[in-house]
Amino acid sequence: MKDFTPEIDWNDKVISIRGLYKSFGPNHVLQGIDLDLYKGENIVVLGRSGTGKSVLIKIISRLLYPDAGTVNVLGQEVPNLDVVTLRELRLKVGFCFQNGALYDSMTVGENLAFPLRRNMPGMSKAERDKRVALVLEAVGLSQTVDQMPSELSGGQRKRIGIGRTLILRPEIMLYDEPTAGLDPITCTEINNLINEVQRRFKTSSIIITHDLTCAKATGDKIAVMKGGKFIRQGSFDEVFGSNDDELIQEFYDYNFIQ
Amino acid sequence: MESIEPSEKPVITKGIDHFFFNFYNILKFIGRFFVEAFRPPYEIREFIRQCYYIGNKSLLLITLTGFITGLVFTKQSRPSLAEFGATSWLPSLISIAVLRALAPLVTALICAGKVGSSIGAELASMKVTEQIDAMEVSAINPFKYLVVTRIMATTVCLPILMFYNGIVAMFGSFVDIHLNEQTSLTTFFQNGFQNISFLDFTSSLIKATVYGFTVGIVSCYQGYHATQGTQGVGKAANVSVVISMFLIFIEEVIIVQVINALR
Repeated sequence: MKDFTPEIDWNDKVISIRGLYKSFGPNHVLQGIDLDLYKGENIVVLGRSGTGKSVLIKIISRLLYPDAGTVNVLGQEVPNLDVVTLRELRLKVGFCFQNGALYDSMTVGENLAFPLRRNMPGMSKAERDKRVALVLEAVGLSQTVDQMPSELSGGQRKRIGIGRTLILRPEIMLYDEPTAGLDPITCTEINNLINEVQRRFKTSSIIITHDLTCAKATGDKIAVMKGGKFIRQGSFDEVFGSNDDELIQEFYDYNFIQ
Repeated sequence: MESIEPSEKPVITKGIDHFFFNFYNILKFIGRFFVEAFRPPYEIREFIRQCYYIGNKSLLLITLTGFITGLVFTKQSRPSLAEFGATSWLPSLISIAVLRALAPLVTALICAGKVGSSIGAELASMKVTEQIDAMEVSAINPFKYLVVTRIMATTVCLPILMFYNGIVAMFGSFVDIHLNEQTSLTTFFQNGFQNISFLDFTSSLIKATVYGFTVGIVSCYQGYHATQGTQGVGKAANVSVVISMFLIFIEEVIIVQVINALR
């Protein structure tokens, strides 16, 4: 559980999704998704692999187009945006990939500086280096600045991935399976980092996971996905208070009993 | 840029449908290249880095193959010309063969194998590890940064490498001629270039530019649209080389026909 109370503005929706559908050929992945994310809130989308959780955040950042439905992010209708407006919006919406997606040919420092160099050409090198150092300090990996991504562990790569997203100071963070494939101690470190990002940078986040410990530690609200729909939304206790759905029962048993 | 895929139920047959969808997607890819290439901001630094990378990577191989091509071609041609006592025509014969046909073709094939496979594999690996998506969500245009710069670099570098290959091949030929006929370098080049016309130079330049563009487009397209994880990386590298080489031969036939009609 969080050791701080997040400042959530319940009057300010930063993401609002209505009636979202997406299919890949005969595979109907999303079948009528409704979701609201408020300013300062962390929502965890929980579900089994292949249920379309990652597709949802890829649609939010317009890596994919929806088949039907509306996706409103910071007041902008994402599927209809022109290139320039989309670019401006993407500066405010950070996306952390499952494996970090660090650029292999660049050092950690260059990975972090790259989005700044591209998007803020007027920024001086000293200022850029200062921001890189600040972010590395925030993710607890200042010593890795000159290392190549191949020299980092899985957990470190994810932390640097989060750092690279933070460097543009986004208002919204989208995390794709932030704890997948990590040992329990590193998972706890990543969960703490997600909470620290929310507290320190005042971000709103959608966290995609199938890890209930991560969901419990980071989520202000949990949305459980099954069959392309949310079958339950609410606080952790509300969702898992009555295990009347088979999937919720299975999730709970697997994570906390086994 | 989402590419269009054929539907589950084929319109003609699955293979033919795939061919036409791929053809349409490549045309779209080429169209996007021209739109992005002339729209600022220009990625000059990355373009220069790619030029250096392409030149640096191919230089040794181009030097070796150029030298060997010139040397072997001279050795093979000498007995036929010697029968008519016409070995003095060797420099002229070699320069025409090298400049008109061998240099552009050999350089293009080497670049297709060395540079094309490398670009295909690099972009495919970036695609399957979500590095291209990571650029996109960071408000960076990956097409402009990765694709445009590489296609421009292959298009610009291949003609330069082609002329270099031609000079080295001529030097290889000179070594053999000098050892057999004791011809001086000045005489060799005077004889060699006396039958070379402006059209020969320009046609080779056009050929090399077209081949460079082909290698760039094919390898970038294959890499940028790679799927199926690590298996897709190998496939992208392999298909980049095969299709590039195939197209280079077809283009050679067409360009030679056009040039001969102009001659």
